[in-house]
Amino acid sequence: MSIITNINKAFDHRIRLGIMSILMVNDYADFKMLKELLDVTDGNLASHTKALEKVDYITVEKQFIGRKPNTRYATTKQGRLAFKKHIEALEKLINKQ
Amino acid sequence: MEAKDYLKDISEIKNLMNKSSRFISLSGLSGILAGIYALIGATIAYWLVKNHSYGTLLLDGWVFRTCLLILALVALFSIVTAIFLTTRKAKKNNEKIWDGTSRRLILNFLIPLVTGGLYILIILAQQKYGQAGALMLLFYGLALVNASKYSIGDIRYLGFIEIILGLIGALLPGYGFILWVLGFGVLHIIYGTIMYFKYDKK
Repeated sequence: MSIITNINKAFDHRIRLGIMSILMVNDYADFKMLKELLDVTDGNLASHTKALEKVDYITVEKQFIGRKPNTRYATTKQGRLAFKKHIEALEKLINKQ
Repeated sequence: MEAKDYLKDISEIKNLMNKSSRFISLSGLSGILAGIYALIGATIAYWLVKNHSYGTLLLDGWVFRTCLLILALVALFSIVTAIFLTTRKAKKNNEKIWDGTSRRLILNFLIPLVTGGLYILIILAQQKYGQAGALMLLFYGLALVNASKYSIGDIRYLGFIEIILGLIGALLPGYGFILWVLGFGVLHIIYGTIMYFKYDKK
C-alpha cells in the first residue's frame, strides 16, 4: 500500500505532531509557548524539537530578550510540505475505513 | 493505529492550530450588553436633541457636547464590560487572557478603529459632522474584519454588515442616526445572543 508510506514517522508522536500543528499556523513560537500549549516538561519538549530539527522540518533560533535566553522555532519549507503530505495521508486512511 | 486514533490526531491538530493562533474566549454576553448600552445612549441622545435643540444642532452647544459624552460613555462601558466578561470566560476556559493571540487580536482591531476615531474627531473639529455616524460604522466594521483572522470566524460577518450599514449611511445622511442604532445597538444584541448560545452556553 502506497498510502502507508506517506504516513510520516517523524510525526508519529502526539507531541511532534502538536509542535508542527502550532508552527504551521504561526510564523514562529518560542519554547515557553509550545510548552504551555502542549502541556509537557522541558526535557520532553526539547527532545522532540531536536528530533524535528534533525530532519530539517523546523529551524531553531536562539537569541536574548534583554538578559533572558529565548529559543524560537519555525517551520522549514520541507517541514510544511511533509506535514501537508502527512495530513493528506491521514485523510485517505480515514476515508478508506 | 486504528482509524479512531487518526481521527483523534486530526482533532488534536485542529485544536492546537486554533488555540495557538486565535483568541476564542470573546464573551457573547458582552456583545449583548454593549448593544443595550448603545440603545440606552441613543435614546437619551435622541430625547435631548428632540427637546432641547429646537431643530438645529449647534456644534458648540451643550446638547452636542452631551451627545459626545454619551458616546464616550457607551464606548467606555462596552470596553469595561467586554474586558471583565472575557477575562472571566478565559479563566473558565483555562485560557490566558493576555497572550500572543489576544495581543494580536487587539492590535489588529485597534489599527483601523483608532485611525477611524482620530479621523472622525478631525472632521468634527472642521464642522463636518454629517458623515460621522456612517464613518463610525465603516471603521468599526473594518476593525472587526481585520481582527477576525485572530478570533473565531463569526465577527467577520458582523464586520461586513457594519460596513454595509456604514456605506448606506454615507449615501443617505439623513438616516445616520437610525443606522447607528441598528449597527451598534440591535446588531450587537443579535450577534451577542447568537455567540452566547453557540459558544458560551455549553
